[in-house]
Amino acid sequence: MKTVIAGLGAALLSTTMLVTSVSAETIRWARGSDALTLDPHSQNQGVTHNFAHHIYETLVDRDVEGTLQPRLALSWEIKADDPTVWVFKLREGVTFHDGAAFTAEDVVFSLDRARSEKSNMRQLHVDVDSVTAVDDLTVEVKMKGPSPLYVNNLTNTFMMDKTWSETNNVVEVQDYAAGEDNYAVRNTNGTGPYKLVSREVDVRSVMAVNDDHWAENKPAVTEIIYLPISDAATRVAALLSGEVDIVQDVPVQDIERLTGTDGIKVETGPENRVIYFGYKFGDAPLKTSNVTEGNPFNNPLVREAMELAVDRDAIKQVVMRGQSVPTGVANPPFVAGWTPELDAYPAVDLDRARELLAEAGYPDGFTVTLDTPNNRYVNDEAISQAVVGMLGRIGIQVTLASRPVAQHSPLVTSNETDFYLLGWGVPTFDSAYVFNDLVHTKDGSYGAYNGGLYSNPELDEKIRSLGTETDLAKRDATVAEIWQVVKEDRVLLPIHNQVLAYAMADRITLPVHPENQPLLTSVTFAD
Amino acid sequence: MLAFIIRRLAQSVLVMLFVALIAFVIFRYVGDPIASMVGVETRLEDQEIMRDRLGLNDPAVIQFLRFVGNAMQGEFGISYRLQQPVTELILSRLPATIELAFASAMIALVFGVVLGVFTALKPKSLLSGAVMSASLIGVSLPTFLIGIGLIYIFSVELGWLPSFGRGEVVDLGWWRTGLLTETGLKSLILPAITLSLFQLTLIMRLVRAEMLEVLRTEYIRFARARGLTQRAINFGHALKNTLVPVITITGLQLGSVIAFAIVTETVFQWPGVGSLFITSVQVVDVPVMAAYLMFIALVFVLINLVVDILYFVVDPRLRVDGGSSGK
Amino acid sequence: MSSQDMTPAPAPGTPAPVAPPRPTGRLRRMLDSDIFYSWKRSPVTVIATFTALFLILMALMAPLIAPHDPFNPASLNLMDGFTPPASASAFSDNWFLMGADNQGRDVLSTIMYGSRVSLFVGFMATLFAVVMGMGLGLAAGYNGGMIDAVIMRVADIQLSFPAILIALLIFGVARGVIPANQQESMAIWVLILAIGLSNWAQFARTVRGATMVEREKDYVAAARIMGVHPVLILLRHILPNVLGPVLVIGTIGLALAIIEEATLSFLGVGVPPTQPSLGTLIRIGQQYLFSGEWWILFFPAMTLILLALSVNLLGDWLRDALNPKLR
Repeated sequence: MKTVIAGLGAALLSTTMLVTSVSAETIRWARGSDALTLDPHSQNQGVTHNFAHHIYETLVDRDVEGTLQPRLALSWEIKADDPTVWVFKLREGVTFHDGAAFTAEDVVFSLDRARSEKSNMRQLHVDVDSVTAVDDLTVEVKMKGPSPLYVNNLTNTFMMDKTWSETNNVVEVQDYAAGEDNYAVRNTNGTGPYKLVSREVDVRSVMAVNDDHWAENKPAVTEIIYLPISDAATRVAALLSGEVDIVQDVPVQDIERLTGTDGIKVETGPENRVIYFGYKFGDAPLKTSNVTEGNPFNNPLVREAMELAVDRDAIKQVVMRGQSVPTGVANPPFVAGWTPELDAYPAVDLDRARELLAEAGYPDGFTVTLDTPNNRYVNDEAISQAVVGMLGRIGIQVTLASRPVAQHSPLVTSNETDFYLLGWGVPTFDSAYVFNDLVHTKDGSYGAYNGGLYSNPELDEKIRSLGTETDLAKRDATVAEIWQVVKEDRVLLPIHNQVLAYAMADRITLPVHPENQPLLTSVTFAD
Repeated sequence: MLAFIIRRLAQSVLVMLFVALIAFVIFRYVGDPIASMVGVETRLEDQEIMRDRLGLNDPAVIQFLRFVGNAMQGEFGISYRLQQPVTELILSRLPATIELAFASAMIALVFGVVLGVFTALKPKSLLSGAVMSASLIGVSLPTFLIGIGLIYIFSVELGWLPSFGRGEVVDLGWWRTGLLTETGLKSLILPAITLSLFQLTLIMRLVRAEMLEVLRTEYIRFARARGLTQRAINFGHALKNTLVPVITITGLQLGSVIAFAIVTETVFQWPGVGSLFITSVQVVDVPVMAAYLMFIALVFVLINLVVDILYFVVDPRLRVDGGSSGK
Repeated sequence: MSSQDMTPAPAPGTPAPVAPPRPTGRLRRMLDSDIFYSWKRSPVTVIATFTALFLILMALMAPLIAPHDPFNPASLNLMDGFTPPASASAFSDNWFLMGADNQGRDVLSTIMYGSRVSLFVGFMATLFAVVMGMGLGLAAGYNGGMIDAVIMRVADIQLSFPAILIALLIFGVARGVIPANQQESMAIWVLILAIGLSNWAQFARTVRGATMVEREKDYVAAARIMGVHPVLILLRHILPNVLGPVLVIGTIGLALAIIEEATLSFLGVGVPPTQPSLGTLIRIGQQYLFSGEWWILFFPAMTLILLALSVNLLGDWLRDALNPKLR
């Protein structure tokens, strides 16, 4: 029966080859998922921002090295006589896709919209007091206190046209509850290098080059066809069969095959994201452990034993196929505050680990459940599985509980997990972002992802001081002190920094972007 | 007949209400919509504000009444994930799924009946054995594996067929069809085959089993005795009598085809309601899930209605209200 | 002591029980039976029987005969990962007949242990579905009227939910009901419940249809007039007549349950990866389809196909053998 159908298929199709040739300037770009919305302030999510960066623009952004560079703002500085005011000088002669001029009023409007109640970008602008236009090309942002690093928060806050927004009634970010459709969700008017031509959510979006863009160098890619393909195997198959030109989310195990395929190459580079395990702290017994008296994780000896049992190099070599950078600190090298000393990690020593466990009062180990996401980070479930085996060798019997991130993430934020895997990206490239959410005691807007409820009042004070410290040298010293304690106290068990891999047709080159936000304007073609 | 249909319709409405309850109640327990709507870096206080805005902090009863009221107007709110009206999303995805389901149902029905009849009439032939074995192998493979296998062979190795999507589409009013372009038709082949294999096997086995049974009944023997031609016996009598269960199962399976499409659509990136649903489940997009559930229920209720009426027409012995004699 | 009490009194009209002095009698009788004769005559069935028995035995005895214990994470060496079949690991002395998977587990051993999980889930889920579906189908078909309407409407609702969807729902509810620290140990039961619940309606519909037809037949009417208790009529007269279709659907159902489990694993909802079923193994292996480590996918997939195939073949044969009309 199968052969009958196969034969029929063959007969029907032997007429022409499937792959139609496209002009050299069109790029078919495949990703694992689609942008959630076109409203630039509605979602704080990487894929959505990545898409938006082609149509809308930010005041500043980062190059592939991770350094800040001017985009719609030509310069930014703290006002000489007032440390709480940031001054931005804007680029001249920028126009929106509908022809309107880009002015300081648009920046004021966009920043106000981005920090409005319904905006998902709000958290990045909580310290903003007011935004004012000084003249057509100068904007002042008044902060609630000294905020020396605020400019780092602007790399994903896009500029919209005030008039266009008012005309189309999108001054406010879409309110889910209102049940209304919002014009900005499906229509765009940015200043970016590409204009949106058509869009079918989850299926296909087309963008064409914006001939009026301010940049002197016109992008080599004149048309982008954006294709979300959620199944990893299908995505790779589409590249192998020549149906797409770039696959941004490449499974690590397929890199070798793709590299070895004629006409396909793979670009790899480090991502600004660390993968780590978190423990439950405190004296209360763990919910998932056979130890009913006290909490083994609260004992530093146990945490040291666990670190000695985890073979980061083996994880890199087998689970990650070499596509990771093992690390001893939960801070990617891109981030200010990272040092090689912090990054160093101990060699595996199972005997010492067993000794430590015995010393801690657990000569026969103990049981615990590890919660892991299975669709968020590169091979997240396999990493956890490998760690289960490694801890098993020193007698810690770990049960693995694997969930999609939608169900995993609430476990962490509601402190319901004893032992968990999480990945942390640092969009501000500053250690304070890590400390605020992962190390500071859970309290209000602090410690949101401190799911293990680690608490060190001394550190808390230092962390809070970072927000307003204007003496950068002193601030760096404080950051170093905090990291020293975090590392010595083994607050987190870092495994590695993720490595990104983009696969593409041989004739094109797209460098890896550390925040996984590549711009197709950076694509170059081989002759 | 009319009273029967009216009663069935009333029952169907009750069923839909019940499904609405299930759709609503159960999805309140699956994951946390807020957690799925926001990035992992969103602060908790912002999440709480969103929760309030979405009415997720209201009492469950109020939330349910709101749900039913809106559902009756075909209004399922805004997708958490895509921020577009859910009804519109589903309607825009529906043509893709219907075309795929229809294509695979046709493949399943045609090949299923033909092969079923063949294997029943020539049960001892080698080809029959081969067909039966092949069908069993087909049904013993998970759908996603078949799909990936077909992609591997026909897209990657041979390069004959597209590995994903619908190809070029043409808009006929609101109906977006892939049946009018060459790439669209090519794109349909692999997913349709993948989706049809299971139903095909089921129909084939059913037709074969029923045929074998009917062929041994008295009246077929009488027919033979009367000297009717083999063809008349096989098709005029035997096949006709296998049709009742075949109609039932095929009808019921049509719903399953749409349901099974979830996996096929995921593997082939087919932009139908199934892939919309599974993406929604992964991110706990409650409005889409609820609407999809209601939609599938509606399809099944309608199919059951039609099957019941067909039963009535094909086999008048099966009067539904004849049940009183069973007491 | 109790053997005397336990021996049932021979019912009038049934053949005398086998005499105790001839322990081989029962076997003798079985070997002489028509069923055994038909089994012997079909080489495919014989092969299928032995294949199924072999796989089941292998699964049952896994702890005794498996070269490694893949469920004991402490015994694994990650560095053995991706060792090809029939070769020794480059890092340890471990030798792997079917290679090692991505975690350094012996594929042969994981298959043995994985089959255990798959078979257990499949059998239990099918049993659940058969018992529930037959009970409700008989009740609905025999009684008709309100009972029929209610049961069949519930079946409609049931069928209106794709199996995958039901499983997701039940998982969601289970997540809400079962404490976090027991979720992993309960996972397999949730899976059984999910798959079982998603399949019962098929049995109910088929049994109900057959029952409605049987009910109208003269011998049932005769029994009813004679005042035989309805339950007895159901058990003695109707049940045997619906067993045929139930067996056909049941065998497909068993294979289906195993495949459904695989599909759920593909979607990320299944048993924990540290205690994999065949489905989980296939999902893991599927990730290495393009990268050259074919053995991680191939061997578990072949085992699943063999298992489902042999069970299906057995069911096919059983259907023919058990149906008195076909002899």
